[in-house]
Amino acid sequence: MPVSTAAVGKSYPPTVYAVGREKIREYALAVGETQPLHLDVEAARAAGYADVVAPPMFCVVYSAAALAPALFDPEVGINFALMVHGGQDFRWGPLVVAGDEITTSLSVRSIAEDGGKGFYVFESVSTNQAGDTVCVGTWTNIVRGV
Amino acid sequence: MSEIPMEPGAELPELKITPDRFLTVRYAGASGDFNPIHIDEDFAKQVGLPGRILHGLWTMAQVARAQTEAAGGPHALKALSVQFRGMGVPEAEVTVSSTVRSAQDGIVTVDTVAAQNGVQIIRNAVAELEAG
Repeated sequence: MPVSTAAVGKSYPPTVYAVGREKIREYALAVGETQPLHLDVEAARAAGYADVVAPPMFCVVYSAAALAPALFDPEVGINFALMVHGGQDFRWGPLVVAGDEITTSLSVRSIAEDGGKGFYVFESVSTNQAGDTVCVGTWTNIVRGV
Repeated sequence: MSEIPMEPGAELPELKITPDRFLTVRYAGASGDFNPIHIDEDFAKQVGLPGRILHGLWTMAQVARAQTEAAGGPHALKALSVQFRGMGVPEAEVTVSSTVRSAQDGIVTVDTVAAQNGVQIIRNAVAELEAG
């Protein structure tokens, strides 16, 4: 059954994520970070940041809620039982710190079929409260046996 | 101040980490990804996996960490793209290897991979680091 490309170009309502100090610490510890910038408020302030600094890959936390509606959108039509995360691309702007509010918009960049696999590519754009783009993500999900 | 080697072919310090038995549970809570293939041994086996597998984005975070530690901080990592292949498992060492591809206009481009048990679980990864 061929994939449907009807949802290509579709965008979803933006989500807002309030970045908390303890959430950054929890994430940093889970990924093995030891740098004081991510864990110690005084160290972060001494380095010129307003609060603890989120590791770059913390972007998966603040952008996750934006992704969910697209993954579950019937018009996109992903079969979860056969889905794997194929690839991921992030490009970062200014660092995110505790206290920031991050707004993430999500769109369907492409849907294609190749060799019996469906390739579903989403783009997330996250901005902070000052309007700076802090992260652009390209999420590639592969569905086997479409 | 840059600590990044700039010469093509130069290697960044390897990063080694062994995720403990309950790492996937902590990462699920930290990231919000509670897919049962990562946290439920019985479920994972029912869907044909050897057991619980690592979150790909946790492994990608190790690739990112190898870069930021080599570069002297999180500010230096401007971009990272990866392909996920195979699957990682808890309680086995993950090694991230990184080699400078090129340096131009203050940006060092690094080829990097993550391997476990002799198999690449992240491959064809490319990082861009801001030097200086």
